[in-house]
Amino acid sequence: MDELLRVRGLKTYYYSAKHVVPAVDGVSFSLRKGEVLGLVGESGSGKSTVARSVTRIFNKAYTRIEGGEILFHGRDLLKVPDRKMSDIRGRHIAMVFQNPQTSLNPVFSIGNQLAEALLLHQKMPRTLAREKAVELLRQVNIPSPELRMGDFPHQLSGGMQQRVMIAIALACRPEIIIADEPTTALDVTIQAQILDLFTRLRGEAGMSMLLITHNMGVVAEVCDRMMVMYGGVVMEEGRCAEIFDKPLHEYTKGLLACIPDLDEDKDTLYSIPGQAPRLEAPVTACRFSGRCGKAFGKCRGQEPPLFALGGGRAVRCWLYGGEEAAG
Amino acid sequence: MKRYVAVRVIKALLTVLFVWTVVFILSRVTGDPVDWMLQSGGDMRAREQLRHNLGLDLPLAQQYFRAIAGMLTGDAGTSFYYARPVSDLFAERMTATLTLGAVVFGVTILFGVPLGVFAALRHNSVLDRLTMGFSVAGYTVPNFVLGILLIFIFSLHLKLLPSGSVGTPAHFVLPVIAMSVAPAANVARLTRSALLDVIGQDFLECARAKGAKESRVIFKHALRNALISVVTILGAQLGYIIGGSVVVETVFAWPGIGTLIVNSAKQRDFPVVQFGVMIICISVTAINLLVDLSYSALDPRIRGRD
Repeated sequence: MDELLRVRGLKTYYYSAKHVVPAVDGVSFSLRKGEVLGLVGESGSGKSTVARSVTRIFNKAYTRIEGGEILFHGRDLLKVPDRKMSDIRGRHIAMVFQNPQTSLNPVFSIGNQLAEALLLHQKMPRTLAREKAVELLRQVNIPSPELRMGDFPHQLSGGMQQRVMIAIALACRPEIIIADEPTTALDVTIQAQILDLFTRLRGEAGMSMLLITHNMGVVAEVCDRMMVMYGGVVMEEGRCAEIFDKPLHEYTKGLLACIPDLDEDKDTLYSIPGQAPRLEAPVTACRFSGRCGKAFGKCRGQEPPLFALGGGRAVRCWLYGGEEAAG
Repeated sequence: MKRYVAVRVIKALLTVLFVWTVVFILSRVTGDPVDWMLQSGGDMRAREQLRHNLGLDLPLAQQYFRAIAGMLTGDAGTSFYYARPVSDLFAERMTATLTLGAVVFGVTILFGVPLGVFAALRHNSVLDRLTMGFSVAGYTVPNFVLGILLIFIFSLHLKLLPSGSVGTPAHFVLPVIAMSVAPAANVARLTRSALLDVIGQDFLECARAKGAKESRVIFKHALRNALISVVTILGAQLGYIIGGSVVVETVFAWPGIGTLIVNSAKQRDFPVVQFGVMIICISVTAINLLVDLSYSALDPRIRGRD
């Protein structure tokens, strides 16, 4: 199996003066070549922290990776020293961020920032970098790319800015693109265009993608497999079609119930009761038990492991494993 | 843009005219130069003659317009005291002042900017606090007090460095320290806070995600954005250096235009004082104008609003 990235038992903790927050508390997954993996969850579920742990883009003053392995082509990225990570970022693993409006440097032109992405990893004359940059802009459907090269970020719309960000991510033909809420800050029609762009590029370039979102609709549209995260751990994972068809975890069911059904005439939208928990290590109960309608005694006394159900499907719930599981 | 520049230049000229007028009036309020020139008293006739020769017997308004007309035609008048053209007096001393100012400005940038960057990168560390502590101390001490203190320690007691005048590089040391500590401290504080505003912005993370090394992230992406504030404060400090040279040159007996202006003010040598203040005023106004115009070059968001 051509497995590109394997994360095992990743733990990333945030430290403040008083608290230790286990933002990511033992997450494992793998990403195959050409695959799009969706990472879903509420704000604070740890999904962005997973993404940032892979490329190690976070504030080292209060973030530390406490354990686990991130194997990229079998090589553990956590053993790569900080100053060597810049050879991997952009070249092998690229990222697209949530806010295109603030992600481009306001004082450099689009062309300059695109060319930089190319020149950081490849030796080439500036004129060639420029030509390639124009080509990249064309690839992400930016009209009259030659004219846009000299534009500054503030002269472009949010959707155009995000296209530029995607072009920058594509610049060195990375093997993996990590997109952290790439459509959240955009309006709905532009979201659809950006998602189409991702789907098309994926087909053309055969890149693998880790797509982080809180939007189930986005997952349904572009992902092959998905992982549902909650409170720093994976609650359920499997093929998208299967999970949408038959969600097992109560949390996944809740997330799917939040999507409004256009045929139904409802005045209020469904929301999962309660709030995402504020975690502090160590955890001694199922993290979702406080908001779960089916929680029973064991849920509050012991955290369930991630039970593998076969076919890549897994769920972290006592209802599907342990002695209480039916059958 | 052209319109903007034209408006700004006209405003700058009005500023210079205003300052010059104030100095014209103020210097005449201090008293009669003839008192100073004929200290023995002299008889009334000699006094009248002298006043007439200097043009001081004319009505004030006429003196004012004469002086302006002179400036416009390139004639800054003749010094009462030295009896030589004012422009010659300044031309002789300009080099000394400019050399000192340039060295001071260079030292200000060379120490201020790196210190600020350093403090911002080590935000909240002991080193950051030390740097900022030094900075506050540095810019609260007036430059002439520092100058006198330096002379006291290094010239009088340790006998290491000359206390005044020019000649060797060693003569530069004390005046340069006295004049550059405060501006360097200010520049350091402002560079630090400008950089702290930029550090933590999303586009720096993006630069890292592209594969830029940390040094490139800071010195290209972050500092370039902080540059607008840094240039503003550098301009302000240059104005401060020019103004401060008047006092510090006197402390160190530096033969520049500062010393000339101070002595001339004491001697009620009106044409020299007026011309000196005008030069300072023009330099400061020109610097401010250049700083304002540099914004559009540094920040594309300000460009092309015409």
